[in-house]
Amino acid sequence: MIRPSIKGQRLVALFLLGFLLLNYPLLNLFAGPTRVFGVPVLYAYVFAVWALLISLMALVIEKRDD
Amino acid sequence: MLTAPIIVAASFAYVGLLFAIAYYGDKRADEGRSIIANPYIYALSLAVYCTAWTFYGSVGRAATSGIGFLPIYLGPTLMAALWWYVMLKIIRISKQNRITSIADFIASRYGKSQMVGGLVTIIVVIGIIPYIALQLKAISNTFLIVLEYPEVAMPHKQSAPLFLGDNTFYIAMLLAAFTILFGTRHLDATERHEGLVAAIAFESLVKLLAFIAVGLFVSFWMYDGFGDIFRRAQEVAQLTPLLTEGGNYATWASLTFLSMAAIMFLPRQWQVTVVENVDERHLTTAIWLFPLYLLAINVFVLPIAFGGLLHFPSGSVDADTFVLTLPISEQAPWLALFAFIGGLSAATGMVIVETIALSTMVCNDLVMPVLLRMKGLRLTERRDLSGLLLGIRRGAIVLILVLGYLYFSLAGEAYALVSIGLISFSLVAQFAPAIIGGIFWKGGTRTGAICGLAAGFVVWIYTLLLPSFAKSGWLPITFLSHGLFGTDILKPQQLLGLQGLDDITHCLFWSMLANIGCYVGVSLIKGPNAAEHGQAIVFVDALKHPAAAPGSRFWRGSASVDDLLRLVGRFLGPERANEAFAAYAQSRGARSVGALSADASLVHHAESLLAGAIGSASARVMVASVVEEEPLGIDEVMNIIDEASQVLAYSRQLEQKSLELEAATNELRSANRQLQELDRLKDDFISTVTHELRTPLTSIRAFSEILNDNPRLDEDERAKFLGIIVKESERLTRLINQVLDLAKIESGAAEWHSSEIDMREVLEDSVTAVSQLFKEREIKLTLELPQKVPAILADRDRLMQVMLNLLSNAAKFCERAPGAVTVALAQHGGFLRVDVSDNGIGISAADQEVIFEKFRQAGDTLTNKPQGSGLGLHISRRIIEHFGGRMWVTSRPGEGACFSFTLPLARGLALAKAA
Amino acid sequence: MARRILIVDDEPNIVTSLEFLMRGSNYEVLAARNGEEALRLAESFQPDVVLLDVMMPQRSGFEVCQKIRKNPALRDVKILMLTAKGRDVEKERGLDLGANAYITKPFSTKELMNTVRRLLPGGE
Repeated sequence: MIRPSIKGQRLVALFLLGFLLLNYPLLNLFAGPTRVFGVPVLYAYVFAVWALLISLMALVIEKRDD
Repeated sequence: MLTAPIIVAASFAYVGLLFAIAYYGDKRADEGRSIIANPYIYALSLAVYCTAWTFYGSVGRAATSGIGFLPIYLGPTLMAALWWYVMLKIIRISKQNRITSIADFIASRYGKSQMVGGLVTIIVVIGIIPYIALQLKAISNTFLIVLEYPEVAMPHKQSAPLFLGDNTFYIAMLLAAFTILFGTRHLDATERHEGLVAAIAFESLVKLLAFIAVGLFVSFWMYDGFGDIFRRAQEVAQLTPLLTEGGNYATWASLTFLSMAAIMFLPRQWQVTVVENVDERHLTTAIWLFPLYLLAINVFVLPIAFGGLLHFPSGSVDADTFVLTLPISEQAPWLALFAFIGGLSAATGMVIVETIALSTMVCNDLVMPVLLRMKGLRLTERRDLSGLLLGIRRGAIVLILVLGYLYFSLAGEAYALVSIGLISFSLVAQFAPAIIGGIFWKGGTRTGAICGLAAGFVVWIYTLLLPSFAKSGWLPITFLSHGLFGTDILKPQQLLGLQGLDDITHCLFWSMLANIGCYVGVSLIKGPNAAEHGQAIVFVDALKHPAAAPGSRFWRGSASVDDLLRLVGRFLGPERANEAFAAYAQSRGARSVGALSADASLVHHAESLLAGAIGSASARVMVASVVEEEPLGIDEVMNIIDEASQVLAYSRQLEQKSLELEAATNELRSANRQLQELDRLKDDFISTVTHELRTPLTSIRAFSEILNDNPRLDEDERAKFLGIIVKESERLTRLINQVLDLAKIESGAAEWHSSEIDMREVLEDSVTAVSQLFKEREIKLTLELPQKVPAILADRDRLMQVMLNLLSNAAKFCERAPGAVTVALAQHGGFLRVDVSDNGIGISAADQEVIFEKFRQAGDTLTNKPQGSGLGLHISRRIIEHFGGRMWVTSRPGEGACFSFTLPLARGLALAKAA
Repeated sequence: MARRILIVDDEPNIVTSLEFLMRGSNYEVLAARNGEEALRLAESFQPDVVLLDVMMPQRSGFEVCQKIRKNPALRDVKILMLTAKGRDVEKERGLDLGANAYITKPFSTKELMNTVRRLLPGGE
């Protein structure tokens, strides 16, 4: 049985965080010719945030209920 | 090298492998040892989201819009985070109600309406068939491209004959065969297809590995890593904007939203996520595993896109084919073949699942309701309809694939085909209000849902589908440039003059406005009726009552078990129906099917069995045909709901009551403890009083007997003994008086004669009264009085009693010469304060409160027990408190003690009373 | 040799009366005003009978009684408890703790003397 719990709320928070980070205007901050490890900073930023979101979601889901 | 036979053989071998996997999966499922019952297979099967459109198209989009292809994958990632609340509920509802398609879900939610189900099915078919065509086109095109190996050449316009002369037709039919074989093996109420899911999961794995293989090849074989590709790209002027700009923000946001809807409401996604779900817990793992897949398959999109753009600078090669053409141009035949197989996986996976989902909808929500209504067919009288049902589904599968093939053949390179991905997304987004609203809002009605869906659908056709036809040259282009009937404000892509949005965002805005507006508005105009309300509760409260058989509360009527069994048998086949009923009987603890009673819950069970096979709306109609139902009015449904909420409220009350009872019990218990304590105190008091009375009596009796028995005692001794008798008698009298006095004060029966008195006089009189005693003991008594003090309101005799008690106590403790006692009077604000201090042995801190208690004397600090009853100080304090004052003692052992009390001034008291 | 009586009571007048009564029977008498003093005197004075008041500050008669009973040097001492608390439970408690007899205050002088005599060696 899955109960509505703190996990659900954490996931909603992650959704909001992701929505904020992966949208304008924040995205505009990274539009530019700079490169990080040879990768355009915009690409690097989006993929990094994406990976971060997924790992946080995994963390929330797989963490054992206290 | 790569010749046609090799490619065809590889393709067939691959499809054959899929058959084998699907067969094995089904076999294991039949044996009860599922191979798909784990979250990893589940997450992989969700990746059916990534079609050929992803496999080839992402690179194409990236080559023209840079990072603009990503919202299609970021949206599902974000949505997955909300699945905990949304998808879990949808799955739960679908399992409870045996819902097997998105059309069924919406129909079931809005009063089991056949009309809603039909409308949704039509919308889906219209939106998805071109999407299937796109997949067929991808297979066909890539086949032609890989056939040209080692040349890189774009396929020419097809001029091949339709059907039998066209390879694509055979591919479509092969897929139809596969789908029929593993998608419609038998009718089952759950409509789950384990073998098929296993094959789909395998396909997801293949396309991911193929794409990554190409990505690694391009990034690290053709170029020197990501940095190299991007550095070179930056040197090309026309590529620079792709590297640095994110594109239009409205497009970005609307694509994110569209893909959030698509990941749930595309029929194939619904099929794998909801219908094929084995265990709710798999979904929770998929919440992060599925986005991880999306991330993995997208990492190499940009490198491949830029690698391709750098490699084929002339624009001679379509960016959509880079995944295939890059390996070909580098003479890597096996990688090219692997890429082709990967694309084949992506396309076939989508086609198979989508076709199954569509065929279920077409059969359950479009064909069956119509057939059942056609009285001439006498369908309701046929004994076994399961064959017919399977036939309809198989027919639907073939039909859908033929339609897809035809669309592909006729549309060819048309805009209407290549842009269909996002157009389909925009269409399925129309389901979002009805579904999301349906599971969280009880107010949505059938009419509201129909109006919302229809309005959104019409707007979608007008602003997106028709323009795509116009761009394909099937409609006059003036329709786009000048609007319908040449009316400017009706320009389909600038409706009402709205400009500045791309066509998808434009469509999304208007269609959602119309859809949500109609859904909410119409629902609010006329509230839900009984059937709608019943279903609303089943859906919205699905997570609250997981155990209860949903829906059965909202039914009343009479039926026979045989009728129901025969009915279910007609659609599922008698054998399966018997099995299902027997299992139900067992679960209810009945000995056999015959022992079952045809109650609401059995009727509901029969209906849900049927719903799995023919859809909830048709099932409703069929059950109604064998059951004499008394329709429930809205009032009755409301009553049932009220009843339920009353029961809930009642049980809350009970809980409250039992809490109160518990509290009362606790209070009683503590009251009882207090009573026992009081009882013990009373016992102690009596025992102590007895002891205090017995002590002087002992002396009196002993000496009286001594005097009586010894008449010849000498004078001195005689006098001494008589003196003791007198003193002890006095002590006894004093004690008795004090006990009585205390009893009076405590019971409130004491008489108080208050008058305005001058405290100076009281002190002077009391000092005079004890002067003799103090003189005898050689204690110096000093009186410190101010010139004048305000009057106080008190009982003069009582105050004398207090002073005499304090003074005699002081004298008692000042046995060491030279004793000195000081009585001082002072005014402090609205109070008079009297201090009686001595230079005696003092009182320890521990005893300073104790001495004011009944019968408690400061025993520990004394070598000699002081004379006295142990009541004097207690009574004194009661008296002072009675007149509104306070009494306390300050002392340090060995340095004397100071007993002090305060009394309020009569003026202040009068003022206080006046106020 | 004169019999020795130890009087233990915190009420001076009661001590006076007991002293008078005991001396009248030619017993050798010592008086203690509290439990501490009583225990000290019991060892040095080696009385035959202890007249022991129960309600005393610091150490109750029960405690003194217990101590005396635990002291092997005072094995043969007889204890007569005197109490102003007339409840049976206290009487029983005193006897349980090793008191030989129990008299309630106020007492009859004759009864007291008879009991003391009975407790003395050869008294029975």
